[in-house]
Amino acid sequence: MQVDLSTNYFELFELPAVFAVDSGRLTTRFRALQKAFHPDRFAAATDAERRWSVQAASFVNDGYQTLGKPLRRAAYLLSLNGISIDEETDTTMDPMFLMEQMELREALEEAQTADEPMDALDSIRKQLRTAMREQALQFEQTADDKKWQQARTVVRQWQFLDKLESELLAIEARLDV
Amino acid sequence: MALLQIAEPGQSQAPHQRRLAVGIDLGTTNSLVAAVQSGSAQVLCDDSDIWSVPSVVHFNADGQVTVGVAAESMQTDALNTIRSAKRLMGKNAEDLEQSWLNEHYRFDSTSGSLPAFITAAGNKTAIDVSSAILGTLKTTAESSLGGDLVGAVITVPAYFDDAQRQATKDAAALAGLQVLRLLNEPTAAAVAYGLDNDGDGTIAIYDLGGGTFDISLLRMQRGVFEVLATAGDTALGGDDIDNAIVDWLLEQAGLESLDDEFARSTMKAAARLAKEDLTDKHETVIEWVDVKPGRADTLTRDDFNAIVEPLVKRTLTPCRSVLRDAGVDREDISAVVMVGGSTRVPLVRERISAFFERPVLTNIDPDQVVAIGAAIQADILAGNKPDNDLLLLDVTPLSLGLETMGGLVEKVIPRNTTIPIARGQEFTTYKDGQTAMSLHVVQGERELVTDCRSLARFELNDIPPRVAGAARIQVLFQVDADGLLTVSALERESGAAASVDVKPSYGLSDGEIEQMLQASMDNANEDMQKRALQEQLVDASRVLEAISSALTSDGDEYLSGDERAAIDRLVEKLQAAMQADTANADRNAVQAAVQALEQGSEKFVERRMNASVRRMMAGQAIDELETTLARTNNNNSATDSTIDSSVSG
Repeated sequence: MQVDLSTNYFELFELPAVFAVDSGRLTTRFRALQKAFHPDRFAAATDAERRWSVQAASFVNDGYQTLGKPLRRAAYLLSLNGISIDEETDTTMDPMFLMEQMELREALEEAQTADEPMDALDSIRKQLRTAMREQALQFEQTADDKKWQQARTVVRQWQFLDKLESELLAIEARLDV
Repeated sequence: MALLQIAEPGQSQAPHQRRLAVGIDLGTTNSLVAAVQSGSAQVLCDDSDIWSVPSVVHFNADGQVTVGVAAESMQTDALNTIRSAKRLMGKNAEDLEQSWLNEHYRFDSTSGSLPAFITAAGNKTAIDVSSAILGTLKTTAESSLGGDLVGAVITVPAYFDDAQRQATKDAAALAGLQVLRLLNEPTAAAVAYGLDNDGDGTIAIYDLGGGTFDISLLRMQRGVFEVLATAGDTALGGDDIDNAIVDWLLEQAGLESLDDEFARSTMKAAARLAKEDLTDKHETVIEWVDVKPGRADTLTRDDFNAIVEPLVKRTLTPCRSVLRDAGVDREDISAVVMVGGSTRVPLVRERISAFFERPVLTNIDPDQVVAIGAAIQADILAGNKPDNDLLLLDVTPLSLGLETMGGLVEKVIPRNTTIPIARGQEFTTYKDGQTAMSLHVVQGERELVTDCRSLARFELNDIPPRVAGAARIQVLFQVDADGLLTVSALERESGAAASVDVKPSYGLSDGEIEQMLQASMDNANEDMQKRALQEQLVDASRVLEAISSALTSDGDEYLSGDERAAIDRLVEKLQAAMQADTANADRNAVQAAVQALEQGSEKFVERRMNASVRRMMAGQAIDELETTLARTNNNNSATDSTIDSSVSG
């Protein structure tokens, strides 16, 4: 069984295919779609309808998560424009950026043995968040200008920062016991 | 029931007939069943006026099965009196070795992957034990409500993994219960408090039971509940409080320990009573009775608080961790719900209230709140409340992934992803001419396969031989609304795709359930068989009605003459099978005819649903979308695409 909803998530959520999405509209539409498609609405339906609804609701959920998270949304916009970011052959990165990354990584290591590790981690988190906001702004500009290769570089750097943040969260969870 | 009833299930069910559905809290120590009656949800009592059924099952040599209070009275026959079976649901022999249950019971963990209690009545798995409890609750409900149940909503802890959920569903199937939905316990508690009517907000559910602790964060927005994050401690609860009081008593009496098991359990019972007493008193006297005749200690609220304090503190770590996982600040929490008997302890309420900086909700009995919420949801799912807007969205409690080279885990669906969800991942061959690929599905947060739980292994064969890296193998993870996973793999480059569906190895296969059900049917009396047939006939008429009405309204639009004729033939076959002399009608023949019809009309349903959605999606306002689905006639649709091609990446 194949669910046939729309060509892409922006259409599904009735949003223009640009980076700046109206998150209120996204959420409103998400809830309306789920109210129509969720398997709970088909508790008494036939097996075929239930299977259909599982797939439709899955598609809506994935769309919501893709458009709801800025980094995933940026990567998705790239893919809609035929740009892949997963090619491992291409490892060139701006040396300045790599330097900053190494410094942040060291800071993360040191924070764990600091007197007030939670405070140290908080300050790194702030730095990361600021840096990621900066990437989001840059992405929006380059994407609006359809400078896709530049936009791709921004997304790859952003992924580095995002990975660092999840490492930070993991460290925080380990320390908090 | 028309096929296009998407937004409003049950609405066209005319004439309106109330369908009996219940909510079941299948607990580790106690289980209960509740139902909505004359507009309000209440727990149901059995003939002896008991609503809280101890989750204890006794098996004797004659094959007689005793459940609940009666089974508890047989605890001298310890090996045949099974308690806490919930802790073994979905677990394998390896897990069993780490469980305290292993010291109390004898197990057969050699045959197959499901460990079984060795009892006088033979080997019994945790699924058998749970099924006996569910069967008892079903009987209670049917005699109390005066009719057959259409189904039940059964609650499970939010952290229950795929295997545990599957095992719960299997137990229900074995007890002859139709599962309308497996519902997370915290979500059920929030529903019980009607927090869905309170507007938008983020809700914390603090559940401190007899032996387990859970904390979950839910978000409620415009009639939709989402579980944002969940954490807990599977070995922390009221039992620990009782034990801590016993330790305090020993200290007062200058004793090292109570080596006698009987003395320990006597004092533990006294400790529990004292704990309950201190819920509204400021001090209580604990008598040592037979253990130290004449001795009595006075436990004040202050001493008690000092005993409980460290245990409450241990619950705060998971509380901080869910806030972090969900990215929510404490001040964003709009309500805190207390669940589980141990939340009656005043200090627990006080500390949790202080932690979340707001008063906690306690006015529904914390032992009943989960079953009551499940009953409300069951009533809605059964179609008794067509106007109800409530929708519950759950998340995956643990990450799901695949083993890759070097024993590493590639996460396909991260934890706390809203379900249902489908995610694809593409893999390729690593050797020239490779024609098979072995896939290992795992669950857990760690990076190494050995630290995660193995859910299933399967092989994809018949990959066309090509150079390494040329084949494109799409692995699709599909998690349904109950949190159950299906994994399939197909090779798409060649066009001649092969695919395999797997179920977790710790549940039972459909075949096994069928066999076990059949076995229990064969043993049971004629009434049971009649009833099974009756249920099958009801199901068959539902399918028949749905498909016939769809065919009448637009069969010709979506079907060619031949296709239509093929479905008509299947309809006739089903009608024939149903009209065979009712007393002798063959359940299997009806079932087979239903399946044939469902399969035969799948394309029709698919075309019809997709077309209706396209009509609906074509520029309709959101408000309309929520309430109507099939009425628009605008057909300039979105272009075709399938979920297969859009979900990956």
